[in-house]
Amino acid sequence: MALLRRRRVRLRPGPDRRQRQVITPEGVPLPFTIGARGARAAALIIDYVLIVAAMAGLTYLVASLANAVHIKADERNPVGQALVVIWIVIMFLFRHIWFLYFELGPRGATPGKRIVGLRVAARDGGRLTTEAVVARNFLRDIELTLPMIFISTTLAMGEDASFAGWAGTAWFLIFVLFPFCNRDALRAGDVVAGTWVVEAGRDRLKAALSTGAGAQGHSTLTQTRYEFGEAELSVYGEYELQVLERVLRDDNAEAMADVAQAICTKIGWTNGRGDERAFLEAYYTQLRARLERGMRFGRRKADKHS
Amino acid sequence: MIARWFGKNASQDAAVEAAALRSDRFRQAREGDWQRLETIVTRIEGGRLRKLSDEDLLALPALYRTAISSLAIARETSLDAALIAYLEGLARRAWFAVYGPREGLGAWLKRFFLGGWSAAVRGLGVDLLIALAMMVLGTVVGWLLVSGNPDWYYSLMGSDDVRVPGASREALLHTLFGQQDQTGLSMFAAFLFSNNAQVSLFAFALGFAFGLPSILLLIHNTAGLGALLWLYHGQGLTLELVGWLSIHGTTELFAILLAGGAGIHIGRAMAFPGDAPVLVAAAAAGRRAAQVMVGVVLMLICAAVLEGFGRQLVDSTTVRLAIGGTMLALWLAYFFAWRPARGQAAA
Repeated sequence: MALLRRRRVRLRPGPDRRQRQVITPEGVPLPFTIGARGARAAALIIDYVLIVAAMAGLTYLVASLANAVHIKADERNPVGQALVVIWIVIMFLFRHIWFLYFELGPRGATPGKRIVGLRVAARDGGRLTTEAVVARNFLRDIELTLPMIFISTTLAMGEDASFAGWAGTAWFLIFVLFPFCNRDALRAGDVVAGTWVVEAGRDRLKAALSTGAGAQGHSTLTQTRYEFGEAELSVYGEYELQVLERVLRDDNAEAMADVAQAICTKIGWTNGRGDERAFLEAYYTQLRARLERGMRFGRRKADKHS
Repeated sequence: MIARWFGKNASQDAAVEAAALRSDRFRQAREGDWQRLETIVTRIEGGRLRKLSDEDLLALPALYRTAISSLAIARETSLDAALIAYLEGLARRAWFAVYGPREGLGAWLKRFFLGGWSAAVRGLGVDLLIALAMMVLGTVVGWLLVSGNPDWYYSLMGSDDVRVPGASREALLHTLFGQQDQTGLSMFAAFLFSNNAQVSLFAFALGFAFGLPSILLLIHNTAGLGALLWLYHGQGLTLELVGWLSIHGTTELFAILLAGGAGIHIGRAMAFPGDAPVLVAAAAAGRRAAQVMVGVVLMLICAAVLEGFGRQLVDSTTVRLAIGGTMLALWLAYFFAWRPARGQAAA
């Protein structure tokens, strides 16, 4: 375990404190990255801007439609009044409908979260229930909307409501600072719903490095064949293999020349310049074959020191 | 499964043969399944659920399990870091699709109205009774305080109103009847965004402070009700006031009762979590209470419609009482008497 941790720390520069392991219901650990607080704030602001824009657009549409068919919202016109009532109710519920519609839909995230690449997930690795999504979105009202209304009404009331104003501010701060007081960046709604917000990245499957011509040991440039013996392969471990993999995937000629030089020095070879890629591919494949054979027998070599 | 691996086309077989490493042969044998899963998941993420064939949707769970088991095997047998990173990403995306919410907003609302809401309300159990007791207590306390010393009235209800101790019977009567000149719309809107509607939200939110503030809030707000009752009782207008209040009040007070009960439910779960850790107990209670509160918001809208339109259109105490009583009976029947099929009503 200590070895594993050491390897991870060295693979990713700087300790990545947002990494979490979740055990899926199938019993396989899956790595997740907790969404950054800044990204979550950005997602919320994007959503609110979109909500306000959608509300304004909807209002304009309803108003112009009503104008077009000559409906006025005065007390002698029940149709107009009913229309206004329905409109007020929709506006009153609009933000809830927005969040629930998108988070319960197939995309599983609001437009704001999609733009910054976040998703809501169940903390225990199991199913994300509808009830959990409802709970975390309802509590947002208590965390943000309610204190905002409270503060703005006390501000409108004037000076003599300073205590209520302070209470509202304290309330607001408690909930806004809540995500900074736990390491999973949970807000109160997440705690209640049993959820957290994680990054939803996507990777493409990169080509295997060990299946090309160079990997077979043949060099297309020099027509030679690279074969490494047990002694030459046993100097490196899994960490060096993965560094080598990264260098090969980056495909930077200078870096490859440096690495090839370092390997040659280490194993006591002298190698001409210009054919580094074929050399490295061959070494990578044979080193991987050796280490994977060891893995199958339960022998792992973390790095060159072990 | 094994038959499928061997059933690949000839070129893939040749590639598998050519691969030097056992882990690469493993990868090449399964790559087709992974790519199919990726296509399905990408479609789902893009919201193009309708374009997915039934066959693909049915295959999704099996493909997800294939990817998850491939990941577990690859971690033990392969040192291809890019492959493991890809499989982790793919398994994560498929996990979101497979273990995401199973129903949309419409399906949830249907389940909510057809049993989920009432089951959550019943799930509050004894906390509803506590909230009811607190509201009755508050009303009685308000009455007793004001009847002992009328000055209390001003601290409970404020003084910028015609409804103050010493007001004439006519002035009080006028507040109950003949307000037809006001537009229903403005009253409707005023109610929705009024303090009264937010009291219920506060009663719920303050439950997280072990429920005590919820109780105080319930008592404080119903004390005003008691004071109002005392004032109108002094002029022999008790029944008229009750009628005026009841037309929307049975719905509104019921909503406040549910909100208070929900707050106390959370507070009690935190104070007495039983065998579960405090956070787990609070979360379970919070999820049930949030369901109740979604309903409370809808009840408040209902009360707003009744206040805005019902009260100004109906100017007779008998009819007002009848409407208020009917609403109360409807709510009681909906929450406690009507119990649709068990099992689907998850709280």
